[in-house]
Amino acid sequence: MASIKIENVQKAFGKVIAVDHLNLEIKDGEFFTFLGPSGCGKTTTLRMIAGFYYPTKGIVRFGDKDMTRVPPEKRNTGMVFQNYALFPHMTVFENVAFGLKVRKISSGELKKRVQDVLQKVRLNQYSDRQVSQLSGGQQQRVALARALVIEPEILLLDEPLSNLDAKLRDEMRSEILRLQREYKITTIYVTHDQAEALSMSDRIAVFNFGVCHQIGTPSEIYNEPSNDFVAGFIGEINLFPARIEKKTNEQVFLSVQTGAGPKEMTVKNHPFNVDPDSPGDLAISIRPEAIILHYRQVDGANVLKGKIEEVYFFGSVINLIISVEGMRLKADLLNNQSIKIKKGTEVFVQLPEDHIRVIPMVSGESS
Amino acid sequence: MIKRDTRFTILLLIPVLLVLIAYVLYPSLRTFFESLHTEGGTSFQNYSDFFSQESKTNLEALWNSVYISVLSVIASALIGIPLAFIFNRYDFPGRGFFSTAAIMPIVLPSLVGVMAFMFLYGETGLVPNALKDLFGLKNVPFKIGGVSGILIVHAYTMYVYFYMTVSSAINKIDPSLEEAAYNLGANRFKVFWRVTFPLLTPAIVAASLLVFMISMASFSAPFLLAGGYRVLSLQIYFSKLNGDMEVAATQSVILSIVSIAFLLFMRWYQNRKDYRMASKGIGAHRSEVKNPILKWVMVLVGVIAVIILLLPHFTILLLSLVPDGTWTYQTYPSVFNIENYRLLLQDPNIFKPLKNSLLLAFIATFGNLIFGVLTSYLLVKRKFIGKNLVDILVMIPWALPATVIGMNLIFAFNEPSIFSFGNILVGTFWILPLAYFIRHIPLVVRSTNAVLEQLDDSIEEASRSLGAKWFYTFRRVILPIIMPGVLSGTLLAFVEAVGEFPTSVLLYTISNRPISIEIMNQLRMFNMGQAAAYGMIQIVLIAIVLFVSNKFFGVKAEQSLS
Repeated sequence: MASIKIENVQKAFGKVIAVDHLNLEIKDGEFFTFLGPSGCGKTTTLRMIAGFYYPTKGIVRFGDKDMTRVPPEKRNTGMVFQNYALFPHMTVFENVAFGLKVRKISSGELKKRVQDVLQKVRLNQYSDRQVSQLSGGQQQRVALARALVIEPEILLLDEPLSNLDAKLRDEMRSEILRLQREYKITTIYVTHDQAEALSMSDRIAVFNFGVCHQIGTPSEIYNEPSNDFVAGFIGEINLFPARIEKKTNEQVFLSVQTGAGPKEMTVKNHPFNVDPDSPGDLAISIRPEAIILHYRQVDGANVLKGKIEEVYFFGSVINLIISVEGMRLKADLLNNQSIKIKKGTEVFVQLPEDHIRVIPMVSGESS
Repeated sequence: MIKRDTRFTILLLIPVLLVLIAYVLYPSLRTFFESLHTEGGTSFQNYSDFFSQESKTNLEALWNSVYISVLSVIASALIGIPLAFIFNRYDFPGRGFFSTAAIMPIVLPSLVGVMAFMFLYGETGLVPNALKDLFGLKNVPFKIGGVSGILIVHAYTMYVYFYMTVSSAINKIDPSLEEAAYNLGANRFKVFWRVTFPLLTPAIVAASLLVFMISMASFSAPFLLAGGYRVLSLQIYFSKLNGDMEVAATQSVILSIVSIAFLLFMRWYQNRKDYRMASKGIGAHRSEVKNPILKWVMVLVGVIAVIILLLPHFTILLLSLVPDGTWTYQTYPSVFNIENYRLLLQDPNIFKPLKNSLLLAFIATFGNLIFGVLTSYLLVKRKFIGKNLVDILVMIPWALPATVIGMNLIFAFNEPSIFSFGNILVGTFWILPLAYFIRHIPLVVRSTNAVLEQLDDSIEEASRSLGAKWFYTFRRVILPIIMPGVLSGTLLAFVEAVGEFPTSVLLYTISNRPISIEIMNQLRMFNMGQAAAYGMIQIVLIAIVLFVSNKFFGVKAEQSLS
């Protein structure tokens, strides 16, 4: 088991820079997720840790050892591939035993360890099957067992659940977490699925276009996104361009750009709501569930008149699209029976001062 | 600092490049330089002689080669395309059997095939004489020979390329495309000409180019059937026999230029954006023939076609059962037994060519296996500058006519060179295995490419991340997975090497005659029984290989070809 340090790493393929200025530190035993859309550099980073790519610049360390140019077979990492990469000409047992055979483990010990790990992934009765005879979820577990049996310092998972159907995905999600806890192994998990990332990780790094935008715990990433990309990629968000007009000790006054011209709003002057020195273009962001709905005019900050445009019923929650000042605002309501929401209803929406977050805009587009 | 991976790629690349340069590039260049060689020094004199009006024979041979090739393309297309349509679009009794029988000509090695045609349709052939006796004619009603003979043999063997490429194209057409056209109001005629046919043109053009090239290179058919008719591949052989080495070199270069031009044109054509079907998992789309008369007419046509297709095979079988000396003045053979096979196994002199061929082919194919796997791995799985060049060098022996490859080897190795470790190879045992090896480089590399391309890179990565070094990974993971595909290509190379005629006839030595040379000799002495027995062994070998590939390696015969 080991910690991982990535220091100022860059990876270029010809002229294309896949990863740039990357600094990461992953703690011993941590479940760490690389999250981002496809082509964001998350898999490239994982492959640099596995040793399939060498960085163009920078250093990769496991613990204190410099691993930057160590070939993959000498890194002792266990990797689970997106397509599992099981050896098609071998049985389940042979697949799992492969890494131990390479390490010249005695046959008694080998048998014991393979059976052990197959037990853990609940495949012990399948050990003589050809891998092609297994279902997707079973193949996934063989791949996991094969990676775990060598007792790797680091477990690398490259979008392991993307080939499974929804129900199996939930099952495997808890299976992976259970095994990770049991082996207490430093794990890096690559995914583009934010729900997976939020629910499984100790910490998350959010990537886009080769740049790591934010590193933090799931709740930090969700509640305190560092910019509009992170805010928009994880969960739903309302984003409107804004400019700071003036600050007092209590409040920050903003001019928010709406479809119907600039509109004054206020937020609390608190680091959670306004980063004291965020540069460049700014936007206000607010999660749909933070919006408060009133059916009559109320006093208070940031109350706007609007009309319900669309109602999407999801059972436990109801998603609304409300047109406010020429903008489309997303709002979520919990389904408590008392509310009767209809398309076309006139409502008053309140954006609470302590829930709005002013963040820098980096994507160059607002939604 | 060069990365470890790059260093390793270079390490693997060195032997591959050495072999390609030594045995593909260098011999071709030697032939080219030889063609520039004249009494007065270096000049293009030989080329201006070739194209001058005085040496009419050369120009005539070039023209004849082109003429025969064009006619072969047309004849093969006229047989292959309709058959592909009938067998893939209509369902009638025996369809499955007929469609398998349609590829039977590939089971016939070229020299043996030509021999069969001579005995079937030649001057003393069984079919013309049978017709003569049947109708009490004075002379045989027809006989093949010269242009018509070459053409018929070409059409018989080469229509298969049209049949296979067009069949696979037809099966790839999504039926809903045609249904969409009907739905938009087109009639059957319009649907065929505006939808179906345009979708098939890439396959038809590819097959045409292929047949043209093969027919330009064809040697066995003109060799046995041409009579006085001159074609370029044969002229090279005669020039060599007469000792006009510079002329032979010039003819070789000109034939090479035509062939390589076609290869490049084909590559360009195939890499063009073609119509790929977007839809997946297309089911067979055959309409059952309901009309009983039409149905049985089709069955009848199928049966007749199968008889014509298999007649050569049966002729060889029949001839192989006729002992030597029992069929001389008679119109038909009368004695049948297994004397020829008995002699083949018992008489060391008769057995020796078979043993030679098997040994030569084994050595050559073993080389092909090692070289092919290594080269293919480099081409498919490794990145390096100049990959295209290696790819082209690998394909050159496929584009070059066998006769030219033979000549190239003569020019390169009739004197000591560093590539033969200072030895003269011509006139020794080693020249034939080398020739067979070069001939089949493309076949083995390409069939290995096909399986390696299917192998996902992550398999190799998984093995390495589990701690296996490259060599261990290659031996325990990659090789076992690709072996079936590799073996099916290698076995095909083996049987083709056993029957190889054009390079053998240029390079063989008296003490080391392969089967094909012995067949030729026996034919000259009119010992057709013994020749046919040799031929039968080749047919059986090829049939076994195709069967094994199909059954155990899951590779279709049609995939291993071309």
